[in-house]
Amino acid sequence: MNFDDTPQEAAFRAEAKAWIAANAPKQYEEELRKASLGRVQLKGANILEVAKAWQKKKADAGWACLHWPKEYGGRGASPIERVIWQQEEGPFGRLSSMFIIGHGMCGPTMMAFAGEEQKRKYLPPLASGEKIWCQLFSEPAGGSDVAGLRTRAEKQGDEWVINGQKIWTSGAHYSDYGILLTRSDPNVAKHKGLTMFFLDMKSPGVEVRPIKQASGASDFNEVYFTDVRIPDSQRLGNVNDGWNVSLTTLMNERMSIGAGVSTGFPELFDFCNSLMLEDGPAIENRAVRSKLANWAVKASGLKYTSMRAISALSRGERPGPENSIGKLVAGSMIQDVASYALDLQGAAGALNGPEDAEVAGKFQAMLLRAPGTRVEGGTDEIMRNIIAERVLGLPGDIRVDKDVPFNKIPTKGRA
Amino acid sequence: MNFDFSDEQKQMRDEARKYLAEQCPPKAVREVLDGKAPYDKALWKGLAEMGFLGVAIPEQFGGAGAGHLELCVIAEEMGRALAPVPFSSTVYLAAEAILIAGSDAQKQKWLPKIASGDAIGTLALFEGKGNPSPKAINVTASGGALNGVKKPVADGAIADFAVVAARTGSSGRESDISLFIVDLKAGGVEVKSLTNIDLTRGQAEITFKDAKAEPLGAAGEGWSVITQVLDRAAVLMAFEQVGGADRALEMGRDYALDRIAFGRPIGSFQAVKHMLADMYVSATLARSNCYYGAWALSTNAGELPEAAAAARISATQAFQHCAKNNIQVHGGMGFTWEFDCHMYYRRANAVALGLGSLSYWEDALIDRMRKKNAA
Repeated sequence: MNFDDTPQEAAFRAEAKAWIAANAPKQYEEELRKASLGRVQLKGANILEVAKAWQKKKADAGWACLHWPKEYGGRGASPIERVIWQQEEGPFGRLSSMFIIGHGMCGPTMMAFAGEEQKRKYLPPLASGEKIWCQLFSEPAGGSDVAGLRTRAEKQGDEWVINGQKIWTSGAHYSDYGILLTRSDPNVAKHKGLTMFFLDMKSPGVEVRPIKQASGASDFNEVYFTDVRIPDSQRLGNVNDGWNVSLTTLMNERMSIGAGVSTGFPELFDFCNSLMLEDGPAIENRAVRSKLANWAVKASGLKYTSMRAISALSRGERPGPENSIGKLVAGSMIQDVASYALDLQGAAGALNGPEDAEVAGKFQAMLLRAPGTRVEGGTDEIMRNIIAERVLGLPGDIRVDKDVPFNKIPTKGRA
Repeated sequence: MNFDFSDEQKQMRDEARKYLAEQCPPKAVREVLDGKAPYDKALWKGLAEMGFLGVAIPEQFGGAGAGHLELCVIAEEMGRALAPVPFSSTVYLAAEAILIAGSDAQKQKWLPKIASGDAIGTLALFEGKGNPSPKAINVTASGGALNGVKKPVADGAIADFAVVAARTGSSGRESDISLFIVDLKAGGVEVKSLTNIDLTRGQAEITFKDAKAEPLGAAGEGWSVITQVLDRAAVLMAFEQVGGADRALEMGRDYALDRIAFGRPIGSFQAVKHMLADMYVSATLARSNCYYGAWALSTNAGELPEAAAAARISATQAFQHCAKNNIQVHGGMGFTWEFDCHMYYRRANAVALGLGSLSYWEDALIDRMRKKNAA
């Protein structure tokens, strides 16, 4: 049990540190450090351009997609080297947010199911940030129940014709490509009639409409497909085997979302350290301290849980379903933390916006974004089911649609 | 970086688990629970023979000289088995105090006896209600004689000796407190057993009337030693708590798989599944905090005070959470004397208090984090 770098790890760290010091866009460092969760904006600069430039620079020097194989634009680094990189990259890592889905989910799915020529064509520009990818899974009728989706794919010659609608598609408005899960056979049970593709988001018939979220921001989109044609060569996996393909994506999703979810704790701790209440500094108030301590041990518990997972990974063990714990704990925690930070401000806690609210409205932004964190990538309830079923071995939920042909499953609750 | 126990340490854990499963089944715990014995003497001797009592005591003082990481894995198994022996009082509190503050002669006198199971020790700190604080200490020591009352003292009725915190000054500062070793079988010591919510571990009231006391460590430095002992014990106790939490979770899981209601195993109902998933989450977070504590303890890192408080809080919460919800999963059966659920519930709630309450450690954690931030 130790935290020291091995000589190789120390050499890697020194190399990373030196390269970052020489190349990172330092003019944005302070702004990135202060940015609140899910609200990275840079004054007087286009965040997308800054992010793409940083990613390209990293890719050219061999620091992009550290865990990917070199031939696809990565570095072939170890799990611990990834952690070292993240530690050294610090606030500049926040510039990676628009690449997470492509790098964490689409890329690994392409690696597992695309042809070799396609991998060499599509993966390096994804790694370098020149092309951005999105994941077209969720639908109005299929969120947690992903396999309930309705977007149709019909084979016509060497092509597939796609009709339907996706929703909650992060980044679709600036994405170049997407991986798409469709229903290719409605006459069989729902998991058995799905097929996965990848497609050019500029294809005729693809329409992206931003969704205004509860937070007021628009990170997500609805995507409509009207007679969109995809060549059969862009199918991932076998026809009607899309469910198994999507499991690869979803497993990677939980890994990358779970590892990166903020808890809000460091921000709250700093806030309480500086906040003056009527009877003195907040941090000296007994009730405040008790709350803080409870969240502190959750935050540190998550941190060390992920370090245990990395140690297991570096021994060659596979990431398991226990990684669901990160998102489950952090998701509801950040909501509670934000709510408490507002409570400490009394009536003024209701003010919003960088000018009117305490700490530039950081906690108000957190509060309004938090419901999404608890839902995206699987709700708390789905995460608990995963832990109960796959870690603890409890029976699966009873599914009344099991083995029922998809087109015979009821579509409305109350008639 | 490697954030895990070594293969040898895991092997030691397996060995301890196997030994305790054989020598300390619930039936043996119940002998003490039902008041038939004050502690399991045979198990105590056995633990000594296995080398578990002296695992972190250096070889020159009769121990195995393995270290604190090894002690952590054994602590976890002691907690899992609810071992009804004075392990924590003797090994985490008394032995650690002597290791930290004892002279060579004191180490030579006491540590081999602890390792061999020939001496049971404890720490006499509390004097009624409240948390560890130099202000709460009224037992006095002067001229080598101790006077006053300590309670509760864990395992006080079966202990051979106690490390006692006593007042040796009146400046109103921490430096008023000094430590002493007192032979509890000698004159001037009255011991009375107290009833405890955890019937598998005894508590006592100890009255000193001019009892002969031998100084442990320098005069006026008692509180600094107490703080160090509590931090170390917090990590070790947290491993016991995680062991208990894990076992309570396992019991709940097994019952949920076996028990049929409304035509199916209750573990297939989402409400029950989610309760068990939450138990797993709290036990996992606690375990991870404990690993950090174990690292800090074994390397005597500057992070130990903060890591110990985090491990203590997290493990206390996890054990209480798992123990109470294990009863809930069991329904009415869980509330019977016959089922073992209450033994874990009792232990979880008693062990939550023995080193100072949750709010004490919450306070300590935030203080320590603030100091680190300011530094």
